[in-house]
Amino acid sequence: MPERYHIHVVPTKHRFERVGRSGTSDWREDCSRCKSCVKLRCLYDNYESEGDYNRDPSEPVEPVFECKACLSCVQGCTKGLLSMALNPEYQALGDHYWKPEIIATTWDQAEAGRIPVSGAGYRGPFSGPGFDAMWTDMSEIVRPTRDGIHGREYINTSVDIGANPSQLLFDVKGALQNQSLLVEVQLPVLLDAAPWGDAGENILKARIKAAAALKTLAVIKAGHLPAVPAEERCHTLPVFEGQEGPECLEALAQCRLVEVADGPECLALVEQLRKVKKDLLVGVRLPLTPEAAARVLELHEAGVPVVHLCADFRGRELSAEKPRFVKEMLREIHGVLVKKGVRNEMTLIAGGGIALAEHTIKAIICGADMVAVDIPLQVALGCRVCGHNGFCPVGISEVPLPYAVQRMVNLMGAWHSQMLEMLGAMGIREVRRLRGEVGRAMFMEDLERDAFKDLARSAG
Amino acid sequence: MTSMPERGVVSKPPQTVVPREIRPAPDRYRNALGRFKVTRSAACASCGKCVQLCPHGVHEKPAGYSYTVRPHDHRCIGPECSKTSHYCITQCPKKALTLSRNPSTDLLGDARWPAELILSTWYEAETGHAPTNGLNYQTGLSGGGFDKIRLRFPAKPPREVAAEEVDTSLDLNRRNDGRPQVRIDIPVYGGGMSFGSVSIHTILAKARAAVAWNSFTCTGEGGYPDRLQPYDDHVITQVATGLFGVREETVQRVRMVEFKYAQGAKPGLGGHLLGDKNTPDVARMREAIAGNALFSPFPFHSVYSIEDHKKHIDWIKQMNPRALVSAKVSTPGDVDMVAVGSYHAGAHIVHLDGSYGGTGAAPDIAKKNIAMPIEYAIPKVHKFLTAEGIRDHVTLVVSGGIRTPYDVIKAIALGADAVVIGTAEMVALGCVRCACCESGRGCPRGIASTDPELMMLMTKDWATQRLINLLGAWREQIVDVLVRLGLPSTRALRGRADCLYYMAEEGVG
Repeated sequence: MPERYHIHVVPTKHRFERVGRSGTSDWREDCSRCKSCVKLRCLYDNYESEGDYNRDPSEPVEPVFECKACLSCVQGCTKGLLSMALNPEYQALGDHYWKPEIIATTWDQAEAGRIPVSGAGYRGPFSGPGFDAMWTDMSEIVRPTRDGIHGREYINTSVDIGANPSQLLFDVKGALQNQSLLVEVQLPVLLDAAPWGDAGENILKARIKAAAALKTLAVIKAGHLPAVPAEERCHTLPVFEGQEGPECLEALAQCRLVEVADGPECLALVEQLRKVKKDLLVGVRLPLTPEAAARVLELHEAGVPVVHLCADFRGRELSAEKPRFVKEMLREIHGVLVKKGVRNEMTLIAGGGIALAEHTIKAIICGADMVAVDIPLQVALGCRVCGHNGFCPVGISEVPLPYAVQRMVNLMGAWHSQMLEMLGAMGIREVRRLRGEVGRAMFMEDLERDAFKDLARSAG
Repeated sequence: MTSMPERGVVSKPPQTVVPREIRPAPDRYRNALGRFKVTRSAACASCGKCVQLCPHGVHEKPAGYSYTVRPHDHRCIGPECSKTSHYCITQCPKKALTLSRNPSTDLLGDARWPAELILSTWYEAETGHAPTNGLNYQTGLSGGGFDKIRLRFPAKPPREVAAEEVDTSLDLNRRNDGRPQVRIDIPVYGGGMSFGSVSIHTILAKARAAVAWNSFTCTGEGGYPDRLQPYDDHVITQVATGLFGVREETVQRVRMVEFKYAQGAKPGLGGHLLGDKNTPDVARMREAIAGNALFSPFPFHSVYSIEDHKKHIDWIKQMNPRALVSAKVSTPGDVDMVAVGSYHAGAHIVHLDGSYGGTGAAPDIAKKNIAMPIEYAIPKVHKFLTAEGIRDHVTLVVSGGIRTPYDVIKAIALGADAVVIGTAEMVALGCVRCACCESGRGCPRGIASTDPELMMLMTKDWATQRLINLLGAWREQIVDVLVRLGLPSTRALRGRADCLYYMAEEGVG
């Protein structure tokens, strides 16, 4: 039997205090010290496990980080003295895009390495901006082409990075002239650095080791390449900005794919790098500005086979007055390439704002071939996306290397499982087949129009 | 060919009668939760002034008591009350009373089921009537779908309808195929919840409430517990992909059989019962091994086309000649085609389960992202069935986020015949939507748990009464709306989208 792609997850306990949603509980005077205190009857033993003295009915209660908010103790207290509240520390996590729920679920996934499963129906808002305004489709009884979830071990998440020529060209002697140069990764996700960079050497190392374990690539600054052990360089994707010294070019021997930051000198640098190594795939890292679609076409003309599109860290268009979301940008860029009939000659990587496993699938449906994930890898290590510059409240630079690697692998393992669930539900067996498949998605604006266009708009 | 059993051939235990009576069923916890806390300090002289003042029953001094008991603060209407003449806080001679927000309710619920909706459902389950203490019992805070749709009432109803005249009944068999007619008295029935996902008390209470209201409950995919047999006439046997507990006799003893092709909360995925909840009792019922997680396959591996689906339905119809057949499907982009296909395959009922539906366990990613919410699917299917000329030959039942009687009305006005509820029943039994149904010993509140200790947190009789009250409160509100619209029945409301308006954002729609 051929070897299957498998991500080896190992439950790895959170290194920092996990900030719980229902943090604090308190009680007021008049406690009767009853022998059957509700604290002793917590189904999850939280009072006991989070501090011995919590067990003592006569002692005050500390925040309970693992509280599930079943409210049994609040409702059961003999004197009605216990009450609970939302933990302000939890509410302060992240920001309006990197919501506390996203950070909490990322922590849990990095800890367990498993797909999050819970009871009760969906708890969030009906829809929202960005990726929350689309739903993926599923296959039901009338669609005979479906592959079925029973074959999830056969669902393929690999992606070929590079250009697939639309036709083969031969010289007069019959030799193939346009041999395609492809780099295969097993996960449609590149491991990128956070927008604020890797907070410590261990995080850079961990990304490379995690990329090796996940059979994908870690995006690094080309300047860091010489310091990477030679045998690990094949798991990196160095980004050149033009100021790198010759030692960086020498270190390219083991690399398969590099990126060049877009700029006036970019194409010259692409040429220079191509000369260093014949079988080196050279792509361009392009900020997602309003001109991105036009620039992608130019780069295609220039023979660039890979474009890495970078939105801001909340998935928005850069330097635009009314920034669009990466979802709309991808549809536009994918669209212009399809219209020109050259979509397969270019690989699009979408970066910025990819926060959850579902974003990977949705970005691919909107036209990306794969995504680059950045901040979630930091969150996996305990980051709270606090926005402090230079000061990390969880001391993330100190994380031990094995812990960091395993947490990243766990998170990607959980994401991989979730991608398989969604692909299985859609009846799609290959992530490659999902690219630009907007027919496998439903967009809110279309659904609203179809369902509610006949409804009156006011009470009158 | 062997002869098939006729109606009555299958032996049937005597059916239990459950009276349709609204009776108070107070919270089963010591401290009922409310939005406010009223605290009585030691300065209280038990003069009884507050008892005289409060019309909401917050204060009570039972006969023979020398002290006023702890305030029933869940009934309090809060600072609003200060505008009235019965505000206890300022009128207490000893200034012993204080009023504050109850921070615990911040932990209750979520956008789809905000605290006020949970508290008002509890109120309805306790009293059998809509809340009068200022809670928003009509809409949630999800910001879309039903929560952005409102009713349009005419200044004067086009027709005078008395509340007693309003008919909420529905005939489920519209195929005219010689099978028995089945009438339900309210356009609502209970969704499938398996033995294993919920406790036997929950299952029995659902069945007994279904008897009281002449409606249905559904077994879900966990077998048919023997204790359900006295309610056979009001039980739907579910046939789902794992086929747990599906036997000839369980198909034959009921008036309705449901094929679960998919479930809204996890469209495209099979059922989940995590190992912790597969107790020996559950395992016996499912003919499985205790402690193993049970994952149902997706889809039915015997069904890859509409023809296969017809074969399925024919199989049930042969086995039970008096049964109506329902096809429960989820809401893909081509849900209209699925509905038409199900009708042509012979289903009496097409049951659409929207993507925000309930579950005892499902991957979070599936709950949020796969398939469309029911609000979009109802008009799509209703219009398509109408265009195909078969709308009046099939019963369209919808579920997946029906939380209040107002959601029922909106769903019917958008084109459904009836709805199926699940989460609302769980909330009536005391669910706080903590989402911990799936693992460990199950529900910490004893509703969705087969743990022998936890399931005893709730009695069958109390749970029955809560559900009877809930449905009573719902019917009362539905009737009230129909009177205001001047409509004589819920059937007349179907497809009347002109009774609704949509609070659209700019640029949408």
